[in-house]
Amino acid sequence: MIEIRNLKKSFGSNLVWKDVSFSIEDGETIAIIGRSGCGKSVLMKHLNALMYPDSGDVIIDGKNIFELEYVELRKMRQRFGVLFQGSALFDSLNTSENIAFPLQYFSDLDEKQIKEKVEEALEMVNLAGIGDRSPAELSGGMRRRVALARATILQPDFLIYDEPTSGLDPQTSEEINELIISMAKNLNITSIVVTHDIHSVLEIADTVAFLEDQSLCWYGSIEKMRQSDNKKLMNFITASEYQIRS
Amino acid sequence: MEALEKLGKYSLLLYRSLRSLYEVNTYKKNLVDELLKIGYESVPIVLLTGAFTGAVMTIQTAYQLDMAFIPISIIGAITSESLFIELAAVITSLVLAGKVGARIATELGTMRVSEQIDALESMGFNSVSFLVLPRVLAGLIMFPLLYIFASGSGIVGGVTAGYFSGAVSPADFMTGAREFFFPWDVTFGILKAFVFGFVITSVSCFKGYYASGGAEGVGNSTTQATVLSCIYVLLADFVLAAVFL
Repeated sequence: MIEIRNLKKSFGSNLVWKDVSFSIEDGETIAIIGRSGCGKSVLMKHLNALMYPDSGDVIIDGKNIFELEYVELRKMRQRFGVLFQGSALFDSLNTSENIAFPLQYFSDLDEKQIKEKVEEALEMVNLAGIGDRSPAELSGGMRRRVALARATILQPDFLIYDEPTSGLDPQTSEEINELIISMAKNLNITSIVVTHDIHSVLEIADTVAFLEDQSLCWYGSIEKMRQSDNKKLMNFITASEYQIRS
Repeated sequence: MEALEKLGKYSLLLYRSLRSLYEVNTYKKNLVDELLKIGYESVPIVLLTGAFTGAVMTIQTAYQLDMAFIPISIIGAITSESLFIELAAVITSLVLAGKVGARIATELGTMRVSEQIDALESMGFNSVSFLVLPRVLAGLIMFPLLYIFASGSGIVGGVTAGYFSGAVSPADFMTGAREFFFPWDVTFGILKAFVFGFVITSVSCFKGYYASGGAEGVGNSTTQATVLSCIYVLLADFVLAAVFL
């Protein structure tokens, strides 16, 4: 379980959020939504201490991640898989090498076993047979799927998705959404999806956290969101639906 | 204040590098890659730079000492001394500040802005140990070797230029070079190359590792890495000369 308590963050004089608190239950898929620039990706980077807040805590299974020694922090980070917005594949490695990378350093598997695991991972994201291609030869959707295979190869407890469908065509977005659902279901992973794509949220999320006005404006289940009378949340959803319709 | 903050971040980066020296498994593959890139791939430009520096030194020294009462072998002495004590280390390092420094800053800067460094950290890697330490270590190891190559090619360049210009015969050149050879000069040159290797790789790693702002940010980091490396090499050269000579 991840508890986010009273997080405050600013960059110089620019206040990102003044007080954000909510919790993420094991096994659930939570969508963190909000307008561009509201600090969703910044919040994501606080969950595994890639960034530190001005004040506040992130407690993971009883441990405050910001108080961990670097060695412990690195072990904690291995419990997370992260799908970055730009995929963050290593340019100098091909697709298979990118996926194998964490296994080579953090597992006791030999070369043959690593190769088998990589092939399984590629099949899981429907990209079998493209292991020799370099990241530059892949489309945006393929890069996301390869990054997803890399993020899940060590079977993490938590999987963070930063804008997983942004910049993708509707069909590829749908494929990514299906993968997120199947990852959560088959691997029993707690999924944290940072997005402003309401269509995705409705499809994949169990719980929604809506950031607005430098704080957590609304938090609740997807069923409650559908019936919510929170004006700001409804404005955000309505604007997205208008975009979808038009 | 900003300069102090940068100095603090630079010191912290070096401290984190030093602290991760024991994580050999994390950086050994990258260290081998960097030894090849910084060392092996720089040999042609270093040989070329050394040879032309030695050749120009010989011709210019002959031109300046064009007097009957000075033994001709002194040309070899001045050229070789200048190469060992100053030129082979400094000119080679200034050239490598462009070649090696720019590459390091661009590589790390691109990795930073495309979140590849965040990806490494989020997997549980020590990104400093993985990216910074092998580059700095490779600089410390390879720059002294490259200095020796530059000195050798400088002597060859000097002898060749002296012979073809008619300024000094190879025998006279080598007589002068041998008579005025002091082992300390080469030791001092190696020490300089060691320090310059550290300066160039660590400054370039710092600039690349903390790059921000997309393609323009990477461009700025690369420019700053190259310019600052050159400035700090010249400053370090002065400090070393003042302290050891």
